[in-house]
Amino acid sequence: MTDAGKIIAGIVLFLVIVTSPMWYQLVSGSTPGAPKLEMPVDVTDCVEGADYMRAFHMDLLNVWRDDVVREGDRIHVAPDGKEYDKSLSRTCMSCHSNKDAFCDRCHDYAGVKPYCWDCHVEPREQP
Amino acid sequence: MNALYAFITVVILYLVVYLGVGRMGLETFFGVVIPYAAIVLFLLGFVFRIFGWARSTVPFRIPTTSGQQKSLSFIKNNNLESPHNTVGVIGRMALEILFFRSLFRNTKAEVKDNERLVYGPDKWLWAGALVFHWSFLVVFVRHYRFFAEPVPGFILGLQSLDGIFQIGVPVVYLTGAALLAGVTFLFLRRVVIPQVRYISLPADYFPLFVIMMIAGSGLLMRHFYKVDIVNVKELAMGLVSFAPSVPEGLGFIFYVHLFFVSVLFAYFPFSKLMHLGGVFLSPTRNLANTNRVKRHINPWNYDVKTHTYEEYEDEFRDVMREAGLPLDKEESVLPLEKE
Repeated sequence: MTDAGKIIAGIVLFLVIVTSPMWYQLVSGSTPGAPKLEMPVDVTDCVEGADYMRAFHMDLLNVWRDDVVREGDRIHVAPDGKEYDKSLSRTCMSCHSNKDAFCDRCHDYAGVKPYCWDCHVEPREQP
Repeated sequence: MNALYAFITVVILYLVVYLGVGRMGLETFFGVVIPYAAIVLFLLGFVFRIFGWARSTVPFRIPTTSGQQKSLSFIKNNNLESPHNTVGVIGRMALEILFFRSLFRNTKAEVKDNERLVYGPDKWLWAGALVFHWSFLVVFVRHYRFFAEPVPGFILGLQSLDGIFQIGVPVVYLTGAALLAGVTFLFLRRVVIPQVRYISLPADYFPLFVIMMIAGSGLLMRHFYKVDIVNVKELAMGLVSFAPSVPEGLGFIFYVHLFFVSVLFAYFPFSKLMHLGGVFLSPTRNLANTNRVKRHINPWNYDVKTHTYEEYEDEFRDVMREAGLPLDKEESVLPLEKE
């Protein structure tokens, strides 16, 4: 093994890269727990069920956008028959008013960057 | 037939995870024990394989005839194809590892009209391999977002570049689709071309099927079954911080994905997939072509015991003189003779 030095260096580099999440976790020292969301206090019903919203909220918003912008259809009928305005800023954000404490916590945790705010004005926290 | 063996193996593995998680509810076993076991097997096996190769001897440099080697000053040499120094070797290795230079050389032989044998370039394998490997690398790196908190900026940048067309929500990652397309192409190539099918073994098909399962389940999870990725990250962060906990509500499809990733990791060191490490140890690529410029002496040559004629004559001079044999040196060097 005349190239022992190079090979060992290569193996060490390989091991460091493969195990890098471990070192990153050690250095950043962050707690691995899932984020806690700030839920609306006085409202319990949503435009759809909570499980559906957790999985498909992005699809719902996408469909809403197309319905409103292309079809002019602004009325969403919830499973309980209640009617809602198809609007991110007026319907969703009226209950989930704090973007930082609701939207961003999961999105940041999972590294998701939705492009809602490319067009919508980002709501500012009232001082 | 060989493809069928590999396919049946993959079906059995699927049944294992289906029975284990879908029927028996062994979430902790499939979410924690198997991934840990797979990664340990992967790391140890990988290092053992590399050391095995490193121990084996490379007796001499193997020049390949793909470029003019350095010789006389008025003959133009090609330092990338036939390097004579370390810089050239690094260049040749980079071309091989990053751009699959040797696959680019691939040719095909065909019998054309009038039974003429015609050779021509064949870049399909090279192109397919390039698509497959690069998209797999990007997909692999993108998964770092599940293993790092906070998510590093370059991962976010890579993601936004990968989903630049913003097709649908969640956005379609180009590499995800390219990976599935690439692995499908590499599989079809083995099946469709008769010569390649003839030399294909179950060990050639099996990794392709496993990667198809991984890519397929990954795309299904992202775009159709909607696995809760906050839960997925919770599991992943638990694994990397050695405080594993299995959150409720991870879908069955996620366990299929995780199980086949574990299978791939565990299978890796025992298979042809070791070309990940092995490509760095290719003797025809990583040794400079200095066969004629420098004298290379076999490093493990032992010292040969020689007995020259001078030594022989010194030993037997007296006997030889008595027998009347001709001598190179008349004088005896032995001190006994001088008395």
